Amino acid sequence: MPQPYLSPEQRPLVELRNVHVSFGSNHVLKGIDLTVRKGDAVSIIGPSGSGKSTILRCINGLLTPERGEVVVGNTSVHTLRTEAERIALRKRIGFVFQQYNLFPHLTVLDNIVIAPIRILGVEREIAEREARELLAKVRLSDKVDAYPGQLSGGQQQRVAIARALAMHPELVLFDEVTSALDPETVGEVLSVIRQLVEDGMTCLLVTHEMRFAEEVSQQIVFTEGGEIVERGTPREIFHAPRNPRTHAFINALRN
Amino acid sequence: MDTEQAMTLKTPWNAPSIPPIVYWALGVVLAWTALAHFYRESMMILWQWVPHLASGLRMNVLFSVLAIAIGTLLGAVVGALELSRSRRISLPAQWYVQFFRNAPILVLIFFATYVFPFEIRIGTMYLSFPDWIKATLGLALPAGAHIAEIFRGAILSITSAQWEAAASLGFSRSQTLRWVILPQCVKRVLPPWMNLYAMITMSTTLASLVGVRELLESAKNASNTVNRTDFTVLIYLAVLTLFFLYCYPITRFTARLERKYVFH
Repeated sequence: MPQPYLSPEQRPLVELRNVHVSFGSNHVLKGIDLTVRKGDAVSIIGPSGSGKSTILRCINGLLTPERGEVVVGNTSVHTLRTEAERIALRKRIGFVFQQYNLFPHLTVLDNIVIAPIRILGVEREIAEREARELLAKVRLSDKVDAYPGQLSGGQQQRVAIARALAMHPELVLFDEVTSALDPETVGEVLSVIRQLVEDGMTCLLVTHEMRFAEEVSQQIVFTEGGEIVERGTPREIFHAPRNPRTHAFINALRN
Repeated sequence: MDTEQAMTLKTPWNAPSIPPIVYWALGVVLAWTALAHFYRESMMILWQWVPHLASGLRMNVLFSVLAIAIGTLLGAVVGALELSRSRRISLPAQWYVQFFRNAPILVLIFFATYVFPFEIRIGTMYLSFPDWIKATLGLALPAGAHIAEIFRGAILSITSAQWEAAASLGFSRSQTLRWVILPQCVKRVLPPWMNLYAMITMSTTLASLVGVRELLESAKNASNTVNRTDFTVLIYLAVLTLFFLYCYPITRFTARLERKYVFH
């Protein structure tokens, strides 16, 4: 079958083909296929332990799948062997963790500038100016000199997003970034992500915030037991699921 | 704030709390005043020997500072190597640690003194290698092993999430260690490190056995020269007092650091 010509805008930024991952005898991913186009927001939903976070870790090379292909832009992630190659990849991909994982010994500002300065070789002055702009964007300008331990969960998570953005990533992966937060701080983090999606950043989100996923995503992927059960537009998945398992999952959350 | 709370709990009537170091200082002054009263004559002789003792003590301080400095550099490197993924690197580091942690310090000092050459030839230059430097090495080598273990424990106590976060930002393993992990280790390492320093300082007296002119050796000299029983008692008490005055504040300071970081 001839490959249809795709312009760079249409070509997927992320492509997973038949990805398998096991931890010992535990088969976590059983043949995942996934495409994310540039500028899209894609949400992965599904019950806990269905391998959602593992998918994200395969994309930035924190995990290497046993089988299958992972392509990000022009990089075949599954063929990377050296640390240097993985570093080159990770510089292009932002990752935001459930537990924020800020560096506790650094101030908010230093958390954001350390990677641009040490890894990209940006001058401190320029890095700091940009960090302050990012902090304004996530509405934390008054916390520049605070330490992570002095911030609420929602504030820490917004710093973590700013830290990821400071590397100018082509893609940001969000791993259940609101799951560890107090309910009242979830909104402030989601509104930052919403803004990011509106600005055209390519985002892949693992999330339990169904309403948010429905609102911001172009594509929803429902995973269960290490497989993709169903994928489609938010409308299709949330209002007209074809698969009974998707139906059951969505209904269970509704009630 | 937390420490303030702890203070008020201890002294609910808001009396000004006197740090224990003040009690100890008072105790030392009182004890020596009493000694001066009962052994007036020996005390006068002791006073003449003070410069001699001071120069001895200076040696112990120099000695211990040098030993902990070399030991810390050595320990940081060996501790990191111990955690290397390559067994060819981690294994020799572990051997080093096991060997020196299980070797008596006195034997190492003797070994260093009698096995190392008294001078090293570098090209046409002769670098002399005096006994006190050899003895320093005898102390620094086991110190390095202990510090390596302190560092290793501290590095392992940092959650793997920090490694993952740094890796996701494009840090290599060694960059992560340098910029993210070790800075977080410093405060965990500091209390045991200072304890070790106090231990090393006290072990410096072992160098007197290989003829290094440090405090204990100076005291022995003085005691033999003066040859009076009461003077001998006094001068050894003086040695103990000097070590106490040097090491006790370190111990107190360490305890304070430990308490401070519990709350952090």
